[in-house]
Amino acid sequence: MVDRIILRVTRYRPESDTEPMTQEHEIPLRKDWSVLDGLNHIKDHLDGTLSYRWSCRMGVCGSCGMTVNGEPKLTCATFLGDYAPGPVRVEPLSNFPVVRDLVVDIGDFMRKLPRVKPWLIRSEQEPPAVGEYPQLPAEREEYEQFSMCINCMLCYAACPVYALDQEFLGPAAIALAQRYNLDSRDQGASERMDVLSEADGIWACTFVGECSAVCPKDVDPAGAIQRYKFTAAMDSLKALLLPRGAR
Amino acid sequence: MTLSHDVLIVGGGGAGLRAAIAVVEDDPRLTVAIVSKVYPMRSHTVSAEGGAAAVIRPDDSLDEHAYDTISGGDWLCAQDAVEVFVKEAPEELLRLEHWGCPWSREPDGRVAVRPFGGMKRMRTWFAADKTGFHLLHTLFQTSLRYERIARYDEWYVTKLLVDDGRVAGVVAVELMSGRIEAITAKAVILCTGGCGQIYPFTTNAAIKTGDGMGLAYRAGAPLKDMEFVQYHPTGLPFTGILITEAARAEGGWLINKDGYRYLQDYDLGTPSPTPVLRSMELGPRDRLSQAFVKEVEKGRTVDTPYGPIVHLDLRHLRETVIDARLPFVRELCRSYENIDPVRELIPVRPVVHYMMGGVHTDIYGATPLEGLFAAGEVACVSINGANRLGSNSLPELLVFGARAGVAAASFASGAQDLAIRPAVRAQVEDERRRLERDLLQRDGGKEPISAIREEMRATMEEGAGIYRSGSSLAKAADRLRVLQERFRSVRLEDRSRTFNTELLAALELSFMLDVAETIVHCALLREESRGAHQRVDFPARDDHRFLANSLVYRDADGSRRVEYPPVTITRWPPGERVYGR
Repeated sequence: MVDRIILRVTRYRPESDTEPMTQEHEIPLRKDWSVLDGLNHIKDHLDGTLSYRWSCRMGVCGSCGMTVNGEPKLTCATFLGDYAPGPVRVEPLSNFPVVRDLVVDIGDFMRKLPRVKPWLIRSEQEPPAVGEYPQLPAEREEYEQFSMCINCMLCYAACPVYALDQEFLGPAAIALAQRYNLDSRDQGASERMDVLSEADGIWACTFVGECSAVCPKDVDPAGAIQRYKFTAAMDSLKALLLPRGAR
Repeated sequence: MTLSHDVLIVGGGGAGLRAAIAVVEDDPRLTVAIVSKVYPMRSHTVSAEGGAAAVIRPDDSLDEHAYDTISGGDWLCAQDAVEVFVKEAPEELLRLEHWGCPWSREPDGRVAVRPFGGMKRMRTWFAADKTGFHLLHTLFQTSLRYERIARYDEWYVTKLLVDDGRVAGVVAVELMSGRIEAITAKAVILCTGGCGQIYPFTTNAAIKTGDGMGLAYRAGAPLKDMEFVQYHPTGLPFTGILITEAARAEGGWLINKDGYRYLQDYDLGTPSPTPVLRSMELGPRDRLSQAFVKEVEKGRTVDTPYGPIVHLDLRHLRETVIDARLPFVRELCRSYENIDPVRELIPVRPVVHYMMGGVHTDIYGATPLEGLFAAGEVACVSINGANRLGSNSLPELLVFGARAGVAAASFASGAQDLAIRPAVRAQVEDERRRLERDLLQRDGGKEPISAIREEMRATMEEGAGIYRSGSSLAKAADRLRVLQERFRSVRLEDRSRTFNTELLAALELSFMLDVAETIVHCALLREESRGAHQRVDFPARDDHRFLANSLVYRDADGSRRVEYPPVTITRWPPGERVYGR
């Protein structure tokens, strides 16, 4: 006798549905199964028309973010057993337009990402032949945490500011800007300042901290934003108080 | 038909992104685009863990890296390609460093290196144990600075267009809208990765379905050395999640049910408390996976609901070492096995990991089909021969991604504008009809996609696994023929144009079946044992007959033809593979 659990999955087909509906499936509850394994069971054996994204099933590609029982989660790293006896509600991520079923449109993030210049900026680009730019382990540690972002969008789904104001750059994009700002090899912090200091940049954040709470990779976007606010405030203060040459 | 670029890259992983950057840097006049079935940062490069090999230390040499690679590949590598590869790998890894890749560091700030399987020197650069993740995100984020790199994210290429023996572009479906378009190009670079999903138990992501191999093969380009499938010795049971070779490089031991370091029984050296290069746990992957099968046969493995396993023991490494050098291993073990490797043994078994074979290319990434290039796992240059060494695949996709980018740019800038001739227009219309009428509006199909897929996977594991035989392969070939037939009446229920992942799954399955047939066919014809291809009925390497690459062609009538050009040998004549002595 196999244990079973009920999955309540949001369905939405834009060609035929005016609004989302919920579909219920009873599936086997296996000890090792993630929520994603449950969805795959539905797709392979019960209803081939269910659409959702997934790929690596090891928590690193960032494809399979969904809302599980009200919380944004990577479904490949969230286990059915933790929700027993169920039922488990699986919905698309909040704060994004729904394309279909559990698939959301993350185009907004993809357009914002280049605006924060998430690449290493040097005043001069040396050829590889000059060798590596030295970096002490402690210097690497300064930005390491912020380099762990997998762009899974859970932080945008959790962010109350983004929910109200879609112009807000958002947690992951700001954390990635900080990832380069804090990299000892980077010389581009001033180029990133304009976009980060805009009204829809860091100052829009009200420091609710939901982004850091839901991050599956322990990136602390809220911390990145707070830290950058301090930097930006100091910079504007310096600009006010000090003569140009001393800044 | 309005979508058109000089160079079109299929696949947005490490090789594709590197190729795109090479094109824009090489020729500012060219237009370039990446079309990928997932957003680039979702590509499977993201899952690579252990590291990237390139000579950087004064005690190392290019010749030693070349020799390790060639002996590791059981002398099936193209030695001219290996020489190019080892020479250009350091420059490519340094370039990644200059682009911001967070390589792990020595206390003095230099890039750190670690040992790796089959390598006689420490030359594997790493970013903790998330090297592929960091490499991919560094490449993706760097690519964003080039506005000239256009992207078709979440578009799926279903066909290569060929005009009079020359590639003219692709047909692709935009997943979001379902629209089907031709995208024309003077040169196309395939960077779609491997096909681990053909097997039931694999480290490969769900997207690794051999699309690029299938596209090239159907367009008439030959696939090379398809019979060589790498089993990585340490995957987690059930999920197949990879536990990186770096775990052994940092000092992990493989032990059987008696706690015995069994590799000592398989001509891989004698146990020592600390890792010894090219010995025991740092032997090559093919030999370690084969040793596991022998342990099963001797009854010395542990039985679990997911089959026999052995254990990887990291307990004697300190928690500080595990957290600093193998944090992802600890995270994965906790999430997916509910164990902590600091205190507990990790259950592992061999798992399909990498295709040595792929689309045949020269050292510039060019295939024999004019205008078609390939790089990364989808391609076979070949630097990997009959068995790839761990940490050679990441530098490979950089070196040959860049080379293919430059070669495609040069080809495209010299090529005349392609007028879209009626023959190509007809191909586009045929393909549109196939997708729209034969698949999307199909009625009365009865074969579930998942049933055919599961049977294909079981067939491959049983017939073309770590050990094969003439009879197991012949049986697999028969079963695949039946599955191809059943696929003709595959059942599709989803009529929607919007993000139709059922249509995608059917198209992927069709590519996988074609690729699976080439693997089985080439394995049946290669009557010898070499590297990852072990025939129980032909247990020895046969340089007299098979010091040759296999090139499998699909002829116009759908039949297969295999040719055996000799392996390119430059400076390292075939010899014995020696490990641990």
